[in-house]
Amino acid sequence: MSRTSGKSKKSDYMLGLKHGLPIGVGYVAVSFAFGMNVCAAGLKTWYVTLVSLTNLTSAGQFAGTSVILAGGTFLQLLVAMLIINSRYFLMGISVSQKLEPGLSPLKRGVVAFGVTDETFAVAVSRNVTLTFSYMLGLMTLPIVGWTLGTLFGGLFAEFLPSIVVAALSSALYAMFLAIIIPPARDSMPVFITIIFAATLSCIFTYIDFFSFLSSGWGIVIITIVVSAVMALLFPKEEAA
Amino acid sequence: MIQDAYYLAICFVIMMVVTYVVRVLPFVLFKKEITNKFFKSFLYYVPYAVLSAMAFPAIFTATGNLTSSLVATGVALVLAFFRQSLLVVSAGAALSALVVSLIL
Repeated sequence: MSRTSGKSKKSDYMLGLKHGLPIGVGYVAVSFAFGMNVCAAGLKTWYVTLVSLTNLTSAGQFAGTSVILAGGTFLQLLVAMLIINSRYFLMGISVSQKLEPGLSPLKRGVVAFGVTDETFAVAVSRNVTLTFSYMLGLMTLPIVGWTLGTLFGGLFAEFLPSIVVAALSSALYAMFLAIIIPPARDSMPVFITIIFAATLSCIFTYIDFFSFLSSGWGIVIITIVVSAVMALLFPKEEAA
Repeated sequence: MIQDAYYLAICFVIMMVVTYVVRVLPFVLFKKEITNKFFKSFLYYVPYAVLSAMAFPAIFTATGNLTSSLVATGVALVLAFFRQSLLVVSAGAALSALVVSLIL
């Protein structure tokens, strides 16, 4: 790891902006689908847009809004968000170690907000000390893309007739499949994880014995059990 | 319940605060890298486990009609298998469900 990455704050910011552009563009498509699906399912566009602006995360928001749409308890929502976002904790450790030294707590707090799967991947792949200006540039377009995509997706859903909205209800789950199936083609452990979790989820839903569990807790328990078993059976060498 | 402004406001705060606290903690606390292999592996599998558990079996009944839901599931599985984007997979599923519900 060498010196700081750029000559001035401005050029560092511009470099971050440039690196964040493809991430931001990619986020528009995903968050458009998210906004459209969740608003079709019954949440207000402005509400979902604010959730995107303040959370800046895909899986966490999908899970959180699913819990809300199912009328889950506050504790269920809290635990679900905690588990699903826990990977940011690890990513944050990596990023914080590459940050320029001597940053104020406020600036470190701002950098922390912008850590996502994709900005993390870009940031830690650079073999230089990460400046505050660069990190600020890197997160700018992803935040803009993620928030605006959600807004447009929600507005789009508001103009649709009810028969289309009913059909759209399947799109949210289809989106989950689009996230988990391609990596399962390349990784047997990921494939097993998906089958394992889906099977348990069906058992929890259809077998009367488990009816004492609400679906919110079922998903939390399945996530912990399946991830723990898989981590024991198939530990990852380079997991991030 | 999802029409209740109080409920929605609390949920909003929970999501925002939990997500941010998880992100900011390592910037406040940690100086050393976590090397625990089990913990890292566990976190690697979490997104797949949670999304799969949320998708199944909910996707089988998502549209409120079994036939259109199953058709949408099949279309989504095929499109996702061929690595189509999230938007294409979502739109394909919704469109096929719509076509089926118009025919039925």
